[in-house]
Amino acid sequence: MTPELGQLALILALLLALAQGVLPLIGAWRGNRALMAVARPAAAGQAVFVAMAFAILVWAFLHFDFSVQYVADNSNLELPWYYRIAAVWGAHEGSLLLWILILNVWTVALAAFSQKLPEVFASRVLAVMGLIAVGFLAFIIFTSNPFGRLLPMPGDGADLNPVLQDPGMTFHPPVLYTGYVGFSVAFAFAIAGLLGGELEQAWVRWARPWTNVAWAFLTLGIVAGSWWAYAELGWGGWWFWDPVENASFMPWLVGLGLIHAQAITEKRGSLRAWTILLSIFAFSLSLLGTFLVRSGVLTSVHAFASDPRRGVFILAFLTIVVGGSLLLYALRAPKVAGGKAFKLVSRETVLLIGNLMFAVAAAMVLLGTLFPLIGDALNLGRISVGPPYFGFLFPLLMLPVVLLMPFGPFLRWGKGEPAVLKSLLLRVSIAAAACAIVAAFFVDGQPKAIVGVAAATWIAIGVLLYVYKRWREVPRGRRYPAEMAGMLLAHMGLAVFVVGVLLSESLSVTSDVRMAPGQTQHIGSYDFRFDGAHRTTGPNWRADQGTVTVTRDRKPVTVMHPQKRTYLRGQVQTESAVDAGIFRDLYVALGEPMDAGNIEGAWSLRLYYKPFIRWIWGGGVLMMLGGFTCAADKRFRIKRAAAIADDVLVQEARA
Amino acid sequence: MPMNPTRKRRLTIVLSILAAAIVATVLVVLALQNNMNYLLTPSQVQSGEAASYKTFRLGGMVKAGSIQRSSDSLKVTFTVVDAGGAMPVEYTGILPDLFRDNQSVIATGHMDNARFIATEVLAKHDETYMPKELKDAMAKAHANKKIEESPTAQDKMP
Repeated sequence: MTPELGQLALILALLLALAQGVLPLIGAWRGNRALMAVARPAAAGQAVFVAMAFAILVWAFLHFDFSVQYVADNSNLELPWYYRIAAVWGAHEGSLLLWILILNVWTVALAAFSQKLPEVFASRVLAVMGLIAVGFLAFIIFTSNPFGRLLPMPGDGADLNPVLQDPGMTFHPPVLYTGYVGFSVAFAFAIAGLLGGELEQAWVRWARPWTNVAWAFLTLGIVAGSWWAYAELGWGGWWFWDPVENASFMPWLVGLGLIHAQAITEKRGSLRAWTILLSIFAFSLSLLGTFLVRSGVLTSVHAFASDPRRGVFILAFLTIVVGGSLLLYALRAPKVAGGKAFKLVSRETVLLIGNLMFAVAAAMVLLGTLFPLIGDALNLGRISVGPPYFGFLFPLLMLPVVLLMPFGPFLRWGKGEPAVLKSLLLRVSIAAAACAIVAAFFVDGQPKAIVGVAAATWIAIGVLLYVYKRWREVPRGRRYPAEMAGMLLAHMGLAVFVVGVLLSESLSVTSDVRMAPGQTQHIGSYDFRFDGAHRTTGPNWRADQGTVTVTRDRKPVTVMHPQKRTYLRGQVQTESAVDAGIFRDLYVALGEPMDAGNIEGAWSLRLYYKPFIRWIWGGGVLMMLGGFTCAADKRFRIKRAAAIADDVLVQEARA
Repeated sequence: MPMNPTRKRRLTIVLSILAAAIVATVLVVLALQNNMNYLLTPSQVQSGEAASYKTFRLGGMVKAGSIQRSSDSLKVTFTVVDAGGAMPVEYTGILPDLFRDNQSVIATGHMDNARFIATEVLAKHDETYMPKELKDAMAKAHANKKIEESPTAQDKMP
């Protein structure tokens, strides 16, 4: 009975979403306050019903209700309770439900924090959020119902995909989705701004903290996913440029551009049209990402054939969102053009170049990701684009960003002083060169590692010099407002990230070896001794577990236990063992027994020594913190609508 | 028409964007050309379709009983088959978790005489995704066998 209640709740939520999406828009157009006032209660009601549906699905998983098809497909009696909760978003239908739940959380937050916004504007923003919810709820109800029944009820269910049975995986999708969905807020602000035309110029200021928070969540989600791939897939890689990763990376890149573009638009009024365009694209790419990953169309258009309704719905939804918002943009964008002019040497130019690079990089990733689809459609044969395509083009596109990064903060808005540039250029160049020369002795002349040290120094010294400049020139208390502190943190994060990527890639030692018990292998400056493997069991798996003792100069370092698990339904999954450290990771994964029947004998093993790899995620976490810090700036707290106009003037005079 | 400063500046901007776009396009096309991998089945390779590609991906099913391991190294040889062809494959390294007889695999590598030297071997959904394209390519090979791969296997990957 309860699963049907879940479906009913979704249908009621859809009706409320319709009310939230349509009535306030009419109200804003006609100046009808009663209709505009529908937005908030409708949003709250919709959130209640969606939460109810979600809770019912969780309950069905916790109580093994295998009469629900989705539960039977993704869980079984032996699955521990925490993975049964994670199984809610383990497949297509449930992950859409999670998406819509998170959308509702954002909408409710928006409704709560937009009380002081002008009424017309706030109701337009909430209406756009409502319309997005309509699309997703309809998609769930008509094509991907998670509450579909399976009769007669089976005695036990299938298993959750074993690669998802990992703590990292319980946490990664919700965080990633929070980021994806968060861009819907920036999108809603941009659309409301377009609808309002010249009247509402201040919307960019209101949108900024939301965009920063969404981007920070997306960063965290990507970092978690990368960490999970590293720990779980058993390859020791942290990024594979595969379509699923690219799907989350594209909105991240555009969102990164958007954050900087919003800063320009808010402070100087220029690049309005570009900011709106990026808001539209960031959200469209989030949608594309969600659908691409979940529907499986990535690798072949033929995947639509399995459920043509889903494919058609997705295409129609994307067309309406992208086409509709671009049409609106084409009609209204000229009206919102304007802003202050800027010279060639100015902060705007630097930010603009960065923005272009992010946009081009996102387009490049999009092309590479969708190319198999294009090839399929044009009958070119079955093509895939290899990682070297991305690995070659992406660093090339990011080179100008890294080179220009130290100069951005030092340049003034509108017109910068070349003299400042020269002294800064001299200092960071000397620092980078000096560090590169010192590093060259430590890394055996590996060019990639030397470049990594130089680039990281270049960025970090730029950031530190700016910190020092503010310290010297600005009175205490006003030195580092949250917005600036966030920027500095995130930029520092890039320096840390660059160290992690280039040093781990150039200095890693990898060895796939065959090892008999008692045999020792020398990797880096460590000795790995294989002490044999034995059987062990877990709640819903059994495993061959190897023991590897690591020593360095005969001193014990650690004992590692890589596993090769076989889950109930026969899926095999490698659980690698990682000994983590700030400066290096040791990583062991079991391959297979060399003699299939005898697990006590020799095994193939994958041994890695990975210096600085943790800095990759460390850098990502710093960027995330930067995003959150920035969003916390007091300047973004909304004052009463009337006070805003004065404040904008004050701000512009200061800047 | 005289070139006033604004117009001159605009011209410079437009020209530099144009130049950057051309450079970017050339680089993208080059990178695409060098990294496009075609997926072929053994019978396609045997009919000569692989001749024009240096590296490509070979997709098919592992022939039962064809897996042979070297006794002192990580070298493995096996045969990949589809409906109308068979191709011996050589690979040195650790095979994916799901690699076994009658398993669908995709190997990336190049031809060396009549033998395919693989640099990477993927078995179905052991990586973060498994191409469904292989299912199309294998449709014939599996004509009489039901493909056990569940249609949602890939959907489960976030």
